[in-house]
Amino acid sequence: MTILPITRSTATSGRLGPQPGEVIDRHRTLDFTWNGRVLQGHPGDTLASALTAAGERVLSRSYKYHRPRGLSTASYLDPGALFQVGDEPNVRGAHRLLREGDDVRSQNTWPSLAFDLKAVNGLAGRFLAPGFYYKTFIKPERLWPSYEKVLRTFVHAGEISPVPGTEVYDKRYAHPDVVVAGGGPAGMAAAVAAARAGASVLLVEEEHQLGGHLRWGGSAELAALRELTAAVAAEPGIEVMTDSVAGARFDDNWIPIVQRSLPGVAERLVKARAKTLVVAAGLIERPYVFAGNDLPGVLLSTGVRRLVNLHAVRPGQRAVVLTANPDGDAAAADLARVGVDVAAVIDARRGEGIVAAHGRGGVQSVELTGGRRVEADLLVTAVGWTAPTSLLNQSGDDPVYDPRTARFRPDPARLPDNVLAAGGIVGEGSTDELVAHGDATGREAARRAARVARRLAAVPTAVTTPRPPVPQPDAAPVVVPELVTPDHPELFTNGTGGFVDQCEDVGLKELRTAIREGYDSVELLKRYTTATMGPTQGKLETVNMVAVLAQATGRTMAETGTTTWRPMYAPVTLGALAGRPSEPVRYSPMQPWHERHGAVPLVAGQWIRPEHYGDPAAEVTAVRTRVGIIDVTPIGKLDLRGPDIPKLLELLYVNKWQRLAVGRVRYGVMCAEDGVVLDDGVTGRLGEDHYLCSTTSSGAATVWEWVENWLQTAHPEWQVHVTPVTTAYASINVAGPHSRELVGRLVEGLDLASEAFGYMNVRSATVAGVADCVLWRIGFTGELSYEIHVPAAYGLHVWERLMAAGEDLGVTPFGVEAQRILRLEKGHAIVGQDTDGLTQGFSAGLGDLIKLDKPDFAGKPELAWQHERGGHPRLVGLRPVDPTIVPPEASQILDRDGSIAGRITSSRMSPTLGRAICLGQLEPDLAEIGTRVTVRHPDGRDVVAEVTDPVHVDPEGARQRV
Amino acid sequence: MMLLPCPWCGPRSATEFRFCGEAGEAGARPDPATATPEQWRRYLYLHANPRGWSTESWYHGSGCRRYFTAERHTLTNEVRSTTAAGGAP
Repeated sequence: MTILPITRSTATSGRLGPQPGEVIDRHRTLDFTWNGRVLQGHPGDTLASALTAAGERVLSRSYKYHRPRGLSTASYLDPGALFQVGDEPNVRGAHRLLREGDDVRSQNTWPSLAFDLKAVNGLAGRFLAPGFYYKTFIKPERLWPSYEKVLRTFVHAGEISPVPGTEVYDKRYAHPDVVVAGGGPAGMAAAVAAARAGASVLLVEEEHQLGGHLRWGGSAELAALRELTAAVAAEPGIEVMTDSVAGARFDDNWIPIVQRSLPGVAERLVKARAKTLVVAAGLIERPYVFAGNDLPGVLLSTGVRRLVNLHAVRPGQRAVVLTANPDGDAAAADLARVGVDVAAVIDARRGEGIVAAHGRGGVQSVELTGGRRVEADLLVTAVGWTAPTSLLNQSGDDPVYDPRTARFRPDPARLPDNVLAAGGIVGEGSTDELVAHGDATGREAARRAARVARRLAAVPTAVTTPRPPVPQPDAAPVVVPELVTPDHPELFTNGTGGFVDQCEDVGLKELRTAIREGYDSVELLKRYTTATMGPTQGKLETVNMVAVLAQATGRTMAETGTTTWRPMYAPVTLGALAGRPSEPVRYSPMQPWHERHGAVPLVAGQWIRPEHYGDPAAEVTAVRTRVGIIDVTPIGKLDLRGPDIPKLLELLYVNKWQRLAVGRVRYGVMCAEDGVVLDDGVTGRLGEDHYLCSTTSSGAATVWEWVENWLQTAHPEWQVHVTPVTTAYASINVAGPHSRELVGRLVEGLDLASEAFGYMNVRSATVAGVADCVLWRIGFTGELSYEIHVPAAYGLHVWERLMAAGEDLGVTPFGVEAQRILRLEKGHAIVGQDTDGLTQGFSAGLGDLIKLDKPDFAGKPELAWQHERGGHPRLVGLRPVDPTIVPPEASQILDRDGSIAGRITSSRMSPTLGRAICLGQLEPDLAEIGTRVTVRHPDGRDVVAEVTDPVHVDPEGARQRV
Repeated sequence: MMLLPCPWCGPRSATEFRFCGEAGEAGARPDPATATPEQWRRYLYLHANPRGWSTESWYHGSGCRRYFTAERHTLTNEVRSTTAAGGAP
């Protein structure tokens, strides 16, 4: 038998004359490049249809074996048409619409599409069998990075640009009554019926136009399509989203919808909360597994009909059609109509079949059952359908295999009340029957949506806000007509070979080998071979894999079962999940001043704070010798009112609060119920029943919820009202020997003398003309200091007045870094820096503060046991023997055996002492003052340090009490 | 993502809430004066985690900022009753 050479088409010969349902605009031409060569297409073309029209047949190389691949489904799922477009990799070429100037490249082809060196894998295929990685590269482990480097160059996918993209991603919330997933005849009819019944409807269609398979049908289908399109357009209650996918169904119909091709937005994630969901996803045509099934020129019947009828493209010159259903017959008729030589129609319903497709770089002949070979460059298969039941599975239905119709089918009876299924996914029928089914399902969906609305409106709430009108009582349930599915022969593979998964390059033989090796459950087989785990997510492959497994194990398809259909139904970009960057930041009212004065910004949780103004060491010296001011606005502040505050404080803090006099402040530490340090801060008593409680900056929100938890759940009888006032006040700490002088120049009606306003006291006063400021005589720095809480609107004013009034005193603004050094010199621990999520109270240097004689407080039993056990790590001071070495924070401290005995939690060069100082967590047997320990730097270097008291400067506290 | 009926605000998406563990008997705080380490460990770390009806504490952090108790079926996510902490509404 002679095999005729296939003549290459010239640039335009693939384009047919006008077709009745075509979606291209022949009046306009778009230029684009294919691997650098300029080609033309029309608006409405997909990248793949334009390439096919231009005579291109080989569009990509396969994943592992680098085999030439062409179109098969000519849809979003097509595994042979993944392209690099500009700097965007993995573009679905049979879905993405052509744009002027697109730079389209084939992926994974080096040095070229036509001559791919890596196709040598085809000869060495046995080295890339499933489990190849596990079996081959186990040892030696140290060589794995080298293996990986080589293997990476063989892995398919395009190249991402190292330059961050400028495209915008978006999110939106929607609360429709009904989401209809799928815009074919049944979905369109369902949307129209639901909207006519008064429901708001979101109609979601994956393709660029509504209509489903009607779009590539004959004149009757196109007439029905026009009618349905007009009906959808006439309903203002329907919002249509094309090129969009309902990606999943979560509890209470929470449905993420990925919207593509929006003007100015790369992708948008619509988070829809629907009262009812109608799944009208239609059917996906299934490929056939046989030797040569991945050759360019082997297409599915729907792929052929799309190319011919939507894009007016000739998919080949001479065709063999293997058909088992009317769609295959229609494809043969379409081909004959447009002048393709249909060399043979093989009718599987009559027991006819094919053995293999032969050719190099594309189909050249088809071997039929019985041995006859037919020359052809196109082999069309129509062997059955897969119901894309993902959303139904996620709603609680497990599809069951039905041998009569040769597919896994959903059972609407297993679905929850708020999920319905319509059209082809349920069963087959004429266009009129599908429309009738959709119409009835849509009416029922609207009825149930009204019922859900009434149920939600009936939830009693304490808040009386105007409610939307409650929908009318239910009519009787709508009777949905049955869709009768005709028998279909079971055709999955003829056993001669070929690829079960063309995305992952998993062949029939490899699956059988894996099954023999013991991977004989469908979920194991999937994970071991990666079949169904490629870009099509199993929509084309899963059922064929199940069939291969069933055959090999002698089980039925139903016994074998299928894999779980997890979210998302279609790929979604990380950009769409992230949406627009929207991280709120907080600034203090003094931020404009900080910016004008060269503050280096520091991100501290949500806050942007000055880290320093150029020289943190000089800032430290200014505070120790003169006076400095720091913006401490982010300190959490809770205003407490009520007679039961002392009881609350007793419960929250490890120390005692019953005898805090009006005008006094006290430092307190909170532990969680597991005894781990939660937060610290000072609380001042402003009046008889009025306290101001401060928290750490990062802990403000947590502490508020913690306080509310105790008040609301454990002691609702206590009369305490909590108001967070963190941002109601701007907070400024004035610290240093001249702070009394400076504050005294601006304060009115308050005696700052130590006898009148001593250490750890609180007063209200007018500062720089601003009434109702709260002054605390406390400080983190260990110096004489006043923390002034100013009504926020006056924060900048008071700050500027302090700077002006203190000029002759040498007042210096200082930032977070200087404060960290100052507090480290003073040995003040920072919760979360010198403690971590395991540090219980007695390990945080709080031994004197924790009052175990109190009847109760949060975490008390744990702290009592910690104390009783002893042996816990201690918070210690450390000084490297070489005073110039500052061990990095998180350096490990080793015991005499070289085991880890602790870590450096804080370390700085102290400008005051002119040497390195540290705080650290250390095992108790090494914690004795004077002990020498080994500190191992992250780079492995060891230095010796001596254990000291945690307080490095002014251990008597004389400076702050003056 | 399920809807959770807040007794103050009505049905809202679960992301507005924080789950605060089992309430009632399972989540009750032992008397700190007499608690054994075993009891305290159960209180801190162990949950009944039933397959079925569970009494839970929730905090509506993105709404009314109230704590409440809900009886939720862990298999179906049905909520059959809610009680605002400290009574009312």
